[in-house]
Parts: sequence; C-alpha cells; structure tokens
Amino acid sequence: MNNSPRIYLDNAATTPLNPEVLEAMIPIMQEHFGNPSSSHAHGRKAKGIIEDARGKIAKLLGCSPAEICFTSGGTEADNLALRGSVNSLGIKRIITSPIEHHAVIHTAEDLAHAGLVELALLDVNEKGEINLNQLADLLQNPTPTLVSLMHANNEIGTMIDIQEIGELCHRHNALFHCDTVQTMGHFSFDLSKGYVDFIAAAAHKFNGPKGIGFMYLNRKNKITPEITGGAQERELRGGTENVHGIVGLAKALEISYRDIVAKKTHIQNLKNTMIQLLQEHIPGIEFNGNPFDQSLYTVLSVSLPPNEAGSMLLFNLDLAGISASGGSACSSGAVGGSHVINACKPGTNRTTIRFSFGKQNTVEDIKYTVENLAKWYAVETA
Amino acid sequence: MVKLPIYLDSNATTPMDPRVFEAMKPYFLECYGNAASKNHAFGWQAEEAVDYAREQVASLVGASEKEIIFTSGATESNNLAIKGVFEMYAAKGNHIITVSTEHKAVLDTCKHLEKLGAEVTYLSVGDDGLISASEVEAAIKPNTILVSVMYANNELGVIQPIREIGEVCKKKGVLFHSDATQAVGKIPVDVLADHLDLMSFTAHKMYGPKGIGALYVRRKNPRVKVTAQMDGGGHERGMRSGTLNVTGIVGFGKACEIAKAEMEADAQRLGAMRDRLENDLLTLEESYVNGSREHRLPHTCNISFKYVEGEGLMMGVKDIAVSSGSACTSASLEPSYVLKSLGLDDELAHSSLRFGLNKFTSDEEIDYTINLVKTAVNKLRDMSPLWEMFKEGIDLKSIEWSEH
Repeated sequence: MNNSPRIYLDNAATTPLNPEVLEAMIPIMQEHFGNPSSSHAHGRKAKGIIEDARGKIAKLLGCSPAEICFTSGGTEADNLALRGSVNSLGIKRIITSPIEHHAVIHTAEDLAHAGLVELALLDVNEKGEINLNQLADLLQNPTPTLVSLMHANNEIGTMIDIQEIGELCHRHNALFHCDTVQTMGHFSFDLSKGYVDFIAAAAHKFNGPKGIGFMYLNRKNKITPEITGGAQERELRGGTENVHGIVGLAKALEISYRDIVAKKTHIQNLKNTMIQLLQEHIPGIEFNGNPFDQSLYTVLSVSLPPNEAGSMLLFNLDLAGISASGGSACSSGAVGGSHVINACKPGTNRTTIRFSFGKQNTVEDIKYTVENLAKWYAVETA
Repeated sequence: MVKLPIYLDSNATTPMDPRVFEAMKPYFLECYGNAASKNHAFGWQAEEAVDYAREQVASLVGASEKEIIFTSGATESNNLAIKGVFEMYAAKGNHIITVSTEHKAVLDTCKHLEKLGAEVTYLSVGDDGLISASEVEAAIKPNTILVSVMYANNELGVIQPIREIGEVCKKKGVLFHSDATQAVGKIPVDVLADHLDLMSFTAHKMYGPKGIGALYVRRKNPRVKVTAQMDGGGHERGMRSGTLNVTGIVGFGKACEIAKAEMEADAQRLGAMRDRLENDLLTLEESYVNGSREHRLPHTCNISFKYVEGEGLMMGVKDIAVSSGSACTSASLEPSYVLKSLGLDDELAHSSLRFGLNKFTSDEEIDYTINLVKTAVNKLRDMSPLWEMFKEGIDLKSIEWSEH
C-alpha cells in the first residue's frame, strides 16, 4: 500500500477484526487446541468452549442453542438452508428475488436446474423493494414453498420487514429463509417470535473473523447435512469445528449487541453526512435503493451521472486512499455489471459506487471522500 | 516435571506452530480486506496473501497453485471431491471404489451417493490394514468413475500403496482421489509421482489453524473438474464459493512451508521416539500393534492390550490425551470399525490405544507415558479374572459362559 491515508469504506465486503475479538481468539489458537470430538481433557475443553459460544449467540438472538449450526460462512449457511429444505423438508418451489446475493440465487437456480424445485422470482421496483402483493398471490398456490429474501441488500441497502414477510409466509404454510448476512450484528433480532425458519450470518461482516458463520434453523425443521462425514453440529454439518473462529464469532456478536445503539447512531450520522455533502457538491447525484426510508445504515449506494471519469472512478478513489466498491465484492470482477443494479434500473448508464461504513470511520473520512469525488465531477468544493 | 495431561492425540488435531500464528497475525487486524474486492488496496493485499499461500500449499505436494481449491477443511474437501466427481462425470458412469477403513467423511459421502444411484465397492483390508493395487484393479469396471483411497489411515497410521494404485487408475483411465489428511505435512506427498487427480488435506493436522483445508484438483493429463457443492460468488474457479478465510489460508500456507523444510527431520526424530514408546509397551505380554509396522506414519502407533478392560484403561491413562479403540456414538460406546476390519474382536478393539506424537512431544513425556500405560495395564490385569485364567493356561475360548 502507498502512504496516502487509507480510508476503508467497503465494510459491506468485510470489516476489520475487532482487537477485543482477537484477544478472545488467541488463547484458543495458542493453548486450547483440542479437537472438540475427542473425549479426553483437551477435547472436552474445546467442546465446552464451542458450546459456551453457541449458548451466548443463542441468548443474544432469542433462540435455543440447538438451533444454531456453525458453518464456514454465510455462503455455506445459505446453501445449507436452501438445499436442506429441498432435500429434507419436501420443498418443491423457491420464491426469491433477482437482487438476492449469489449464494441464494445461484443455489436456487442450481436446484431448479436439477429439476428439484420450481423457481419464482419476485418483481422489484427501482428502489429494490419487492412486491408484497405478488408474493401473497404466489403463496395462494399450495405447492410446498420456501421463500428466500434477504433482510438487507448488500449493494443498495434496501431492507424488508422480516417479521411481516415471515408472518405472511407462515400464514400460507411456506417456510421463510432470510439471508441476514448484512444485518447480523447491526440490528437486534428476537427469533423467539418465530417469524423466520432459517437465517444465515457471517462473522466477518460484523468485525469478527473470516471463515466462520452460522445458520439458524427453527427446531421444528429437521434437515440432513450437506457436508457429510461426522456427527458434529448435531449431525448437521461434518468436519472438525473451527474453534477459534467460533469463539471470535460469539465475541464479535456480543460486542455488536453491547455497542449497537452507539454504533448505529454513529454510522447513521456518517451516512446522513455523506448524503448531504454529495447533494451539495455533485449536481445530478442520485442514490440507489431507498436511503431515506427503511435502509441498511451501513450502506450507501451512489448513482453518479454519466461522465468520462466514471470508468476510472474506483481506480482514482483508490489512488486517493479511499477503498470503496462498484457492487458487492463477489461480483466486483464480473463482466456485465451488478445484477442488483440491472434488476432495479435496467439499462442505466450511470456509474454506481457503493460506500459502506464501519464504526472505525469518521466524519473526516466522509468529507475527504466527497472532496475527492467532487474533483472528478468538475464542481467547485465549497 | 512434565505438564499434564500429555497430548498424544495428534492424529485428531495438532497444536498450532507459533510461527503460523505470527504469520496470521497481520491479516487479522491490519490487512483485513476481502480477497474478492477488486477495486482497492485492501482487497489486492488480501488476494496477494492468498496467492502466496496457495503457492506454499501447492509446493508442499508438488502441485501448481491453480490446482489448489481452498475449503473449510478435509471433510468438505472429501465431500467436494466425491460428490463433485459423481455429478460431473455422471455421463461416464456411477461406480466408485473405496476402502472399508476410510474416514467417515468418505464413507458417509459414498453412502449418501448410493441413495442417489451410485454403485460403491468397499474393498476390505488385510490384517495389516492395507489393500493392494491389484485388488483395486480387479474391482475396476467399465462404469467406474472414481477410486478413493486414503493416503494414511487416521486410526492406525498405515500408509496405502498410493503410487501403485495411482498407476493402476491411470492405466485404466479412472480418476483417483486420496484423503491425505493424515499424510500431508508428515511424509513426502507428490501428486504427480502418485498419479493423483484429487487430494484432500487440512491445516489443523499439520500445526496449522482449524477451519481451513484444501482440495487438489489436477489441471492437466487429465484436466479434472468437479461440480461445486456450494453455490455463490464463484470463488475458487467456480468450484467453491464463499469469502476466502484469509487468515486461515495464510496460516495454512505457513504451515506448509514449515512442513516442507522440517518434516523430514521431524519424522526421523518422532519415528525414533514412537519406536521407543512402542517397543517398551510391547514388552508387556499380550500386547499387539495394529496394522502394518512397515508401511506406517512415523508418529503414530495403535496398540491393543489383551485382557484389559477398555473403559478401565482409559481411566487409568487419563493423564495422557489419547484416543481409544472406541467411538462415542449417541447411544453407546462402539468398537472402532477400522480395528474390527482388521479382524479384531470387540473386546480387543475396546482395549486399544492410539498414540499420536507431534513435533512438540518430548522424551520426558514419552517416559511418563510408558510408565503410566504399563502401570495401568498391569493393575487392570491384576484385578482381572480373565488374565488370571490366561496365566493359568486356560483357553478362554473353550469356556462356555453361563447366562446370568
């Protein structure tokens, strides 16, 4: 890296690990290295550590520890929920939306391609909002159905009302999977209300380590594993547990809940500041999604007017020491642009940049970023 | 004075090498980027670290870096290899050949595929725990798509004749996968010389972190493809989606680099230590090594102590962390299926111990272990009527036990 200031505004791709989380993980990596499946003292110690972590997570989310299944991350959790509900729960139809994360869309497409399910995609409007009436209509059909909708979109921040949709699904006996990868640790959940059957989370999106996540599954749904070969995770997921990752996940969630109000206030202020400064300095600026309504406070997707600077914008931002993204990290190398923007605003010729904020960012970071953006949009910065 | 309990279960997992942790450290706090972020320095830095680690991992096993797919561990790798081949090569056939003493990650996966229409041949092992290449050859049929044989067995440490089996598979045009979880980083493994097409291995068995593993997938002669088992962002050349576990990958890479430089010397030292432990314990009457002593990992041994009650033995040696010949299932204590497939009866399987040394094991710990195990075995036998009868020369098999 060069010596210019590094401002990291790509927190929806991944977040810096909280040093407190690392502190919690170090003893596991250095001392308590046992395999939780071993019956001797080293193994029992490791087993106790992961069950303690599971208990903490369950308590925070209002569910039972048996409803938390650790996975290698959000992608695996999404795959397990979708594939598990098709392979074990008789699901014959998946209703989802075109702006879901690829972990959901591509999995649903794979299941449809294999002839196991029928796939229905809900319409989305320009703001990335799904059509609830259309969902209710589709649910009139009694085919055993899983609805999979993300809690907050990772590229544009548009949110659903998880409880309202969950209750709608349940009124029609459909199962509801919600990809909460972008909201876990940033919003509070009370899963005891029972409005959701599956959720997916990844620790690295809320200042925890990479390589660890979990799936919540409501205890009434019994599914078989996708990764076979061991009785771990109550026979739901074979493989030696990533003990230090699990500890880091639990610690990161604990800290997130502890600091959630302050964090939300701070980050929402950054986002509001950025919206205001952009509107002041860049004529013709627009925002993707619905940042003024119910929206993920960590994400601001900016839609810039067509300009020759557009194609080099992220490159130039990087040179100025600002890390942001054109879409999600997973699709950032993809040809053909973002599937989310394409679904919401087909044919748009505007340039999209996703800024996503973390608790380490400051108002100065935001000011500096807007100043730089404004340079390439040839407007005086007051 | 040695610190108790002594860890001798290194086939289950190993302590992390402090140098591995040091290598990982900067990627936790400073270089925390997502390796898939293509637009900024944090992403590039993470990607660079992953690329470097991929070379370290590839280099240990004689692969090229593009042939390494990172996974969450060997269980996932085994699943991806076997299910991935079954799906990808469905047009070619549905027959898979494996061995009855494989790890559950392979056996359960094969059982799962049988429900989906696979035909699976489970080869039996000899009393040395080994199969031969000719047995594999004899089992190959026109519809065979995959042979999956573990490199070294996790309970016995015995090393299968991988190179010979690889030659057979190559000659017959059948893909060859090996679960090399126990072997990589401990003994030299060369995917080209062994004619391997797919190979699973993991970091935490070789002083690396938990939660990270790899699948080697051959790129040429032949070019092998597996169907992804997890869909998403198309990471790892489309074979395994999900944000890369950068710290885990960096740690895995470092562990591979260290292993490449040091495993030969470690193997020599641990082999001598293991032999001393084993030879001393074999001075106990009626104690037997399970599996081939010749074709075996240098740091592993599995010994049965006849006329000793299994649970009593585990209680007697609780100051050492070892595995017994029993597997804890939800309902009961089951004798190990691996030991049973060598022909051991349930009693003898239960009275077996697996010793797994690691590079941090000391001579003092071995001395302590020898003394502890001998004392425990002798004490249990002193209390055992079966042992008394054996010593009196009564053939226990001739006795008809009455019901009570």
